[in-house]
Amino acid sequence: MNSLSSMIEVADLTHSYGGKEILKGLNLSIARGEVFALIGPTGAGKTTLLRIIDLLETPGSGEIYFDGICIPRSGKQRLEIRRRMSFIHQKPQVFNSSVYDNVACGLRWRGEERDRIAEKVDGILETVGLEGYDSRDARTLSGGEAQRVALARALVLEPEVLLLDEPTANLDPVSTAKIEHLIGHVARRHNTTMIMATHDMSQGQQLADRIGVLIDGRLVQTGNATDIFRSPRNEEVAHFVGMENIIEGIVVANNEGIATVSIGSNPDGIGIQAVSKYPAQQEVYACIRPEDITLAPMRHRSSARNSLQGRVARVASNGPLSRVQIDCGFRLVALVTRVSAEELNLQEGSEVYADFKATAVHIMERNASR
Amino acid sequence: MTEIWYGLSRAVELIISFDPEVMEIAARTLRIAGTSCLLASLISLPLASLIHFRQFRGKRVLINIIQTLFSVPTVIVGLFVFVLLSRAGPLGELGILFTPAAMVIGQMILITPILLGLTISALSGVSKEIIETATSLGASGFQLVLLVLREARYAVLAALILGFGRALSELGVAMMVGGNIRGFTRVMTTALSLATTRGELEMALALGIILLFLALVINIVLNRLQQRR
Repeated sequence: MNSLSSMIEVADLTHSYGGKEILKGLNLSIARGEVFALIGPTGAGKTTLLRIIDLLETPGSGEIYFDGICIPRSGKQRLEIRRRMSFIHQKPQVFNSSVYDNVACGLRWRGEERDRIAEKVDGILETVGLEGYDSRDARTLSGGEAQRVALARALVLEPEVLLLDEPTANLDPVSTAKIEHLIGHVARRHNTTMIMATHDMSQGQQLADRIGVLIDGRLVQTGNATDIFRSPRNEEVAHFVGMENIIEGIVVANNEGIATVSIGSNPDGIGIQAVSKYPAQQEVYACIRPEDITLAPMRHRSSARNSLQGRVARVASNGPLSRVQIDCGFRLVALVTRVSAEELNLQEGSEVYADFKATAVHIMERNASR
Repeated sequence: MTEIWYGLSRAVELIISFDPEVMEIAARTLRIAGTSCLLASLISLPLASLIHFRQFRGKRVLINIIQTLFSVPTVIVGLFVFVLLSRAGPLGELGILFTPAAMVIGQMILITPILLGLTISALSGVSKEIIETATSLGASGFQLVLLVLREARYAVLAALILGFGRALSELGVAMMVGGNIRGFTRVMTTALSLATTRGELEMALALGIILLFLALVINIVLNRLQQRR
């Protein structure tokens, strides 16, 4: 993608705090109108990246392009460009004034007329569901309400780019759903370019066109949700996206795209079938999402290509689901509904078959580039 | 003892009958202290913002000096202004020694460090996150300063009231550069002092009660402001 078609472009971005390198040569290009989710563990550098894009900080080295303009490291132009963006922080900060004044301040700073301000603020308060809150002291609001004020305050400016840093991290499920709904609404309605940092993968999956995985200051993988969740590039990404079963093995044969992988370090271990391009002798990881494994009391003759016999090592309740650890020569974790766990009468030591399709196994090279 | 009781009852009489001389002195005191406080705040608010938002060498030292000057003796300020304004002094030409203007200048010098120091610490009380939020919402440098002052408004107001209280209750400057001229530069503290030496106990007590009452009002207002933070 070249800088003409992209709204935000970041080139070779490096940044350190007190001698510690936070961002390590980052390249990223985001198209106009795209919703991009930045996922990654805490401390990976998500917030730092957003702060640099919002021009709150100047990077150690590297360039940022906004709508094709290379942003200078200082000077008046930074304010002009910053005024085309809005940033929603993880912890909403409200000013010590009324809800109305909080939402109006950005417009006032841009020299908007009084009547226009009143009109816009009333409109946006209605959108975020805070109509009638105008004269409330913003500091007496609940966390969810404060985040909606912050959202209204940012959206009323009709930014071309909206940056969101874990916008729902401190909120209860109901408030989270409201905020997510609003973000989705804005993305569709105004075609706003968004970059959203989150550690909640389902949020990224639900709202974003494209996802980038930031681990330890590097953008390890970008792609759509299916790519990231089904085909993580390396072990770190796999861990982060909830691939609980990451098993070492060696490809012993590959028959027209169906590989047989021997688990463990020797070729005569337990074999599993997987869809993969890797040839024989390749050292790999086999990754299986726990929810892709079904459990049965006897060997299945279904379309599932793999059916492994094992013993239940542990059953743990996980809300409406049960996490079942199975020892079938290696450790396997399956996620089944609690109802089916009860029907199967799963208990420690009981014998069970773990079934999963060859397409459910994602094979990745060991020692893949980080 | 009877003398004191007599004095007290006469003092109350002077107050509730709105004795013209007492009221005139009280009004002048408020006017002079108010003017000096207003002028001091016109200097202090911009200057405090400048010191707070700019990074420069010796900033810590400067703030320490300002804080030390909180408790500068009033007679030293009085002496300084006296030398400044006396006929032979650098500003002697103005001929304002022993006028209310001289008292305003002196009190202004006296309370400017208090206003400066307390405003700086009021501004430091505004969190980094608030400043960043305003920055990312598109505030320019000047708009940011106004916002931070607004965020710290209760603490800033508390600083102003404290400065006003100090101007109201000081004696040294008023005496030395005002001269306690009846009907012209006589304020409550100088009048009280004179009345006491003259043995006019009821007048001294009446002025003392009014001064204490003003101090009480200031304290109540301060307390309410501190609760609102």
